[in-house]
Amino acid sequence: TVMAAPMTNDQSWFYALALGVSFLKCLLINAYHSTDFEVHRNWLALTHSLPVSQWYYEATSEWTLDYPPLFAWFEYGLSHIACFFDKEMLVVPNLNYASPATVLFQRLSVIVADVVFFYAVKECCKCLREDKGKDLLGKPSFILTVLLLWNFGLLIVDHIHFQYNGFLFGVLLLSIARHCQNRHFEGAFLFSVLLNLKHIYLYIAPAYGIYLLRCFCFTQSNADGSLQWRSFSVVRLVILGTIVLSTFAVSFGPFIALGQLPQVLSRLFPFKRGLCHAYWAPNIWALYNIADKAFSILGVKFRLLDINKLPKASMTGGLVQEFQHSVLPSVSPLATLVCTLLSILVNLPNSNIYTIFVILSLLQPALFKIWHRPNGARGFLRCLVICALGSFMFGWHVHEKAIMMAILPLSLLAVDSRKDAGIFLMLSVTSHYSLFPLLFTTQELPIKIFLMLLFTIFSLASLKTLFRKGGALLNPLEVTYLLGLIPLELICEFVYPLTVWQKTFPFLPLMLTSVYCALGVTYAFIRLYISLLTCSDTTKKTKMQ
Amino acid sequence: MENWSLFSLCVLLGLTSRWAVSFHSYSGAGKPPMFGDYEAQRHWQEVTYNLPVHEWYFNTTNNDLNYWGLDYPPLTAYHSLVCAYVAKLLNPEWVELHASRGYESHSHKLFMRATVLFTDILIYIPAVLLYCFYFCDGSSKQKVATALCILLYPGLILIDYGHFQYNSVSLGLALWGILGLGLGWDLFGSLAFTLALNYKQMELYHSLPFFCYLLGKCIKQGLIGRGFFQLAKISLTVLVTFALCWMPFLSDPKQPLQVLHRLFPFGRGLFEDKVANTWCSLNVLIKIKTLLSRETQLFLSFALTLLFILPSSLKLLSKPNLWQFKLALVNSSLAFFLFSFQVHEKSILLAFWFSLVAMAALSFTSVWLEPPAKFPDLFPVLVSILSFLHFLGFIIYFNLVQLMEPQRKKSQKKTN
Repeated sequence: TVMAAPMTNDQSWFYALALGVSFLKCLLINAYHSTDFEVHRNWLALTHSLPVSQWYYEATSEWTLDYPPLFAWFEYGLSHIACFFDKEMLVVPNLNYASPATVLFQRLSVIVADVVFFYAVKECCKCLREDKGKDLLGKPSFILTVLLLWNFGLLIVDHIHFQYNGFLFGVLLLSIARHCQNRHFEGAFLFSVLLNLKHIYLYIAPAYGIYLLRCFCFTQSNADGSLQWRSFSVVRLVILGTIVLSTFAVSFGPFIALGQLPQVLSRLFPFKRGLCHAYWAPNIWALYNIADKAFSILGVKFRLLDINKLPKASMTGGLVQEFQHSVLPSVSPLATLVCTLLSILVNLPNSNIYTIFVILSLLQPALFKIWHRPNGARGFLRCLVICALGSFMFGWHVHEKAIMMAILPLSLLAVDSRKDAGIFLMLSVTSHYSLFPLLFTTQELPIKIFLMLLFTIFSLASLKTLFRKGGALLNPLEVTYLLGLIPLELICEFVYPLTVWQKTFPFLPLMLTSVYCALGVTYAFIRLYISLLTCSDTTKKTKMQ
Repeated sequence: MENWSLFSLCVLLGLTSRWAVSFHSYSGAGKPPMFGDYEAQRHWQEVTYNLPVHEWYFNTTNNDLNYWGLDYPPLTAYHSLVCAYVAKLLNPEWVELHASRGYESHSHKLFMRATVLFTDILIYIPAVLLYCFYFCDGSSKQKVATALCILLYPGLILIDYGHFQYNSVSLGLALWGILGLGLGWDLFGSLAFTLALNYKQMELYHSLPFFCYLLGKCIKQGLIGRGFFQLAKISLTVLVTFALCWMPFLSDPKQPLQVLHRLFPFGRGLFEDKVANTWCSLNVLIKIKTLLSRETQLFLSFALTLLFILPSSLKLLSKPNLWQFKLALVNSSLAFFLFSFQVHEKSILLAFWFSLVAMAALSFTSVWLEPPAKFPDLFPVLVSILSFLHFLGFIIYFNLVQLMEPQRKKSQKKTN
């Protein structure tokens, strides 16, 4: 065809896509930004103006430093460039300072930091199986590049809401790519760096741990894929351990030397937070909450429960920190019941322990499967996604943005297998829609709708073309569910604000969105889990392992 | 990937970039007393809503023509009236007579930007899609690529969604006119183009090719018989459309004259500001603006425009087919831009990629370096002279192409 690119011009489309999305990001510089903007400005200020010993004690602003030390050093580095834009942003008492130069600098820093993400995507494309002779739009690497570089969630969260996820996910994807390329030491190093940049990635540490132990420290497997105990390599384990421990030492070292470790940990793992935050992430607790509310309403209606005796379920949207359930057991007391024993062992609050316990027990079959019959890098990736999604589903005080941790690695699987493509479509459309409440201003409404449609149409059409042999990717029930998002959006965004209930129940659209999306996310999680447990062993030779 | 998905991706990319550009500032933001084109459009909504039709183009106590008086044909005024009705529903303060001068607010900006997006989606984008689908040669991928290029054309996006204007309406209507002619629906095409002409008088740039093409087609069909009837039908369509648009102004002979006076301000001189056309560039060498009298300037520009437009039009008259028509559009608009009277730099929305490098370099230097004290206007003047030379090269090239008709057929991007 006319559009077939010659071999020498192979990579120009990558740079075109990267430049294009960067230009779009530049146009979004003036868009709405959330309080996260002030969070990062505050961190620039405090790392620049205060000595290291004060970083985790500083509390002038409510947005205290709650990321690990390496991120603080990253902000410190940025602050030296910030001097040239506007010195006033580096003054700690300048709360909510947002001059045009500040906005420009912060936005540009996110756009430039995304270069790490671009490099990681390029490396990931190398791990894919390439079909030569396909035209550009049908190439798996092209589709993967667009799905990652133009990901709706990243654009919305990073470049409008304001965060540095692109940079962090770049490190994660690079680490995954290195594992696919059998450069395990680099992969392990990158992951430990990532843990020291943002500790939320602890949720996928089990996947790394099991995989590295099973596939790397045990150098050989038997013919049927099971463990060969004698092939254990102590050297590799020691080197891995050294890499991880030295990274942590560099990062936490100064604070351990200053004796500040407990303070740092208390900042990193704050315990005084409720089960859900003001907007419920579409996970299992959203469904739990709605079931609780439904039972309480039904109970009162059928006179099974006395409305005066019910503990008031505080469901008003806003700054809800704690949560009391009406009918179903409140999660805290249940935690106390079950985890008294565990709380003796570890000095963490009971409620957090409960969810970690739930997560680990739910993930245990998956981790065991990986241990028993590893499927190489692809199995590792699948386990990683399940860890991320599982922790999203059951975690304490989860942000809806955390779903990105599951979607981006899943994109890698989606361009490789039909079933994963179907699950990816369900999960990505649902979770991208669940991000809509993050942008609630009128000006951003067309942008989020256009970008959502852009990403959805592209992923649907390209994956359908990629896997055109073998029937439809989504069954009718899934299609109906996804189409149901359109009336949901119309009601929540356009119809509901015009009704009388907007004043009395302002949280209702958020609740509807959260619950509807929770159904889709749960469904995707179950399907993914089943596919992991039932997937066949590594008999076929693929490029990934 | 299927065609419909590729086309919808192009449209969504175009819409996203349009709306993202609209986040930024508009012309004259926060600059009293006159502000800019944005305030002009708002003012026209105010004037058309509050005043009776016969006062719109006249200087009265309620309508100060010095403060952004209406200087576009009646269809723009009607469009402003419709927008004003919507504005009144949303927030009456936006179109309050006299009191709303210089009104600026976030919600008002959203409203104004939304009106541009609405008309764009209604008129311009469907025309572009139909054009690429039916009139582009090549594979479906090439059609999609053409659609993407046209929809992402930065000149139109920046002027309509940044600076603030409604060019997409007149360009879109003109494109519908071209579509009509291309499909053989001459009456529909003439109707659409007449509407475009009644929206912005700048569409006169394209009028001669339309005229020559239709006339040539009728002559080919034989002036006695079918051709004559066709010509009569087309003329009737045009006249009726004009009459309908100008109906409120036909009651009094003074009205149309005043409107024409506002549309063609011959009193404003050969050019204003820095424009990449002959007169501005020539002015650098010889101060023709002050040397020649206004009548001579008028005559000179008229003569040169006619001279440059004549070869292309005559060729089209003799060979009225679509390929010639498209080329004639390019040539005619270039000729008008380069040589006519009172041209604004926004009249040209065309760029050649190689010159973009030179342009970019000049733009960067003009931002970061200070011009030497003796020539404070150095960088803008350099930009316009460089552009002028490129456009001159273009008009010569396209005239050669049209007159000599090389074998290869390519679809051309529309210009204005």
